[in-house]
Amino acid sequence: MTTSIKKLPDIELVLSGNGACGGCPATMALRIVGKALGPNAIMLLTPSCSVASMGMTPKLGYNWPCINITFATAGSSSSGITHAVEIMKEKGRLQGELPTVFAWVGDGGTYDIGFQALSAAAERNDNFIFFCYNNEAYSNTGVQRSGATPRGAFTTTTPTGKRQPKKNMAQLMLEHNIPYVATATVAYPGDLYDKVVKAKNTPGMKYIEILAPCYLGWQFDMPDTVQMSRMAVRSGAWLLWEAENGKISFNNPSSLIINGKKGAAPVDEYVMKQGRFNRLLKSPDAASRIAEIQGDINRTIDFMRERAKITI
Amino acid sequence: MKAAQVIMETGTKAAALAVKSARVDVVPGYPITPQTSIMEAIAAMVENGELNARFIPVEGEHSVLAAAVAASATGARVFTATSANGLLYMHEVLHMASGGRLPVVMCNVNRGIFAPWTLWADHQDSFAQRDTGWIQYHCSSNQEVFNTILQAFRVAEQINIPVMVNFDGFAISHCLMPLTIPPQEDIDRFLPPHEPEWRLDPAHPSSFSNVTMAAEYAPFRQMLSDDIMASIPLVKQAAQEYQDITGMWDGDTIDTYRLEDAEVVAFAVNSMAAELRLSVDILREQGVKAGLLRPRLYLPFPTEDIIDALPQNAQVMVLDRNYNFGHPGGILASELKSVLYGRRNDITVKNRVIGIGGIDLTRRFMADEIRAMMDE
Ligand SMILES: Cc1ncc(C[n+]2csc(CCOP(=O)(O)OP(=O)(O)O)c2C)c(N)n1
Ligand code: SF4
Ligand SMILES: [Mg+2]
Repeated sequence: MTTSIKKLPDIELVLSGNGACGGCPATMALRIVGKALGPNAIMLLTPSCSVASMGMTPKLGYNWPCINITFATAGSSSSGITHAVEIMKEKGRLQGELPTVFAWVGDGGTYDIGFQALSAAAERNDNFIFFCYNNEAYSNTGVQRSGATPRGAFTTTTPTGKRQPKKNMAQLMLEHNIPYVATATVAYPGDLYDKVVKAKNTPGMKYIEILAPCYLGWQFDMPDTVQMSRMAVRSGAWLLWEAENGKISFNNPSSLIINGKKGAAPVDEYVMKQGRFNRLLKSPDAASRIAEIQGDINRTIDFMRERAKITI
Repeated sequence: MKAAQVIMETGTKAAALAVKSARVDVVPGYPITPQTSIMEAIAAMVENGELNARFIPVEGEHSVLAAAVAASATGARVFTATSANGLLYMHEVLHMASGGRLPVVMCNVNRGIFAPWTLWADHQDSFAQRDTGWIQYHCSSNQEVFNTILQAFRVAEQINIPVMVNFDGFAISHCLMPLTIPPQEDIDRFLPPHEPEWRLDPAHPSSFSNVTMAAEYAPFRQMLSDDIMASIPLVKQAAQEYQDITGMWDGDTIDTYRLEDAEVVAFAVNSMAAELRLSVDILREQGVKAGLLRPRLYLPFPTEDIIDALPQNAQVMVLDRNYNFGHPGGILASELKSVLYGRRNDITVKNRVIGIGGIDLTRRFMADEIRAMMDE
């Protein structure tokens, strides 16, 4: 059973007084990740909101050793750290338990500029956890489109709403045949916690993607982060699933949507709550463009239902 | 005491053997001619247990150096190698390594860069990285490649600045020459284990390269600039102690030949400088008082040693195997002129760009070239 939020460990690795916006989903998610990983870990970041908010030199708002490295290289750099700790341990230069190596990267650093290095690290099955906190845009540079921005969303570089659907990144990572892939989001902290614990205890490459509704990019009220995250799942715009050694299982409540026990909520309410979509309503082709958003969601649900049946 | 071993090896194998002697921990790699055989040799040594290290076969050079930087920040001794477009592809991460004060050592096997496509040596690739904050050696023999990699690790780890060891594709990388491998205990004496002051360590959480305001950023950059200059005595000390322990000497910041009474001084780097010794002999036979000054260190530019070494009223013939686009001639010549200005007004500097894209540089050709420059 999913760990209850009340049962999460007390330990805090995200310290108070960091520079994130109030209600920041990335920071909220990182806090849960910290509870699962504990202090014996090395954190790698690439330029993003999470770097901008981690504190300014020499201060640090995350209680791990942290390196912010070149934007395109989270995959390869994490491999560098992983191999370094492993060989130093083998040679007797590191004492105690091997630290968990994890990358904490935005969707830009995952879907776009960092895709090549990530794909290669997965193919090598290097032993670390790659987290993508997905706020569906380049938030740090002022909300530009990324490969994770869904169709219809306004960003500063899609001024009439994005015309292309997003990539199914978690599925792409699944196709790399790595031992563990999972999706999560902040409204389901116990689910996220359990997945991180599983990843921590699995050798090899792990990929966990966390949907992170960002009030700034998505244009909703700051206190509504968790509600938005829940609506994303209930509408089927975000599916909670995990795959151990390639075998997909869906988590509640996405499992109910997938097996048809409960229909996904129509996307309209989710769309209306967000300025990045509801601006579409002013366009002459509003109806067809909202239908496109719904179409993308339905297609992904159907696709993942079928994909999960492949277990060879 | 064990005796040194003498073998016949190529330049790339010499580099790989130096990596083994240096007891390197992590080697990320990616193939590019003419460097590839370094990576192949290291991958083989790791597989067969000769070298207790991790070889990480990443997907491109940008990732090669990123993995190297991250492994170095974790406290490992790290080596890699590249050439030409691979080096250019690393450009962003070269800055990360130097700004991050990470003592990575990298060989660059010099090759012309495309377009158009070429496989053969010139020095556009390494000189184009002048402003990335790396210390740069340029080597003229297989033995010097071996020796310099060990010296490079020592200097890099003493001052926390990455070091690039350059040598020519094919003329060095693929040619067999005698190679002396000193006994391992001598090398261990010269190059102690890497014990960084700082590393990514969960017992001491600290940040590495997060946002830094100008008040802190500016002193970081100033320190890097100062420390690059301060590496010169360390380079000399490393060369000296290496000689004391192994008996081998390639020069320190510079290497000279028949320079003391020279009126005409050839000035060049890498394998062409080895060949230029023979050109100097030819010129001497012809009655020209010729000599050679080879900067072994290109960066930091060994200003004081060059100024001290050049004979009075010499004509310096700079043979550049690169272009200084937007200026006449090559990069070495402009570097030299800028350091001589106001300090050695007795010196005349002349310059030719030769050997681009691997054009063969024979002793006769270069002797003739220098004679022609004398009449200009
Ligand atoms: C090579 C390079 N190109 C561009 C940038 C500028 N840049 C910094 S952060 C960022 C956006 C990051 O987006 P994402 O990874 O989604 O993280 P988020 O800001 O959304 O948290 C960009 C484009 C950079 N730092 N490096
Ligand atoms: S812009 Fe969004 S992701 Fe970035 S710190 Fe603010 S809430 Fe977090
Ligand atoms: Mg983002």
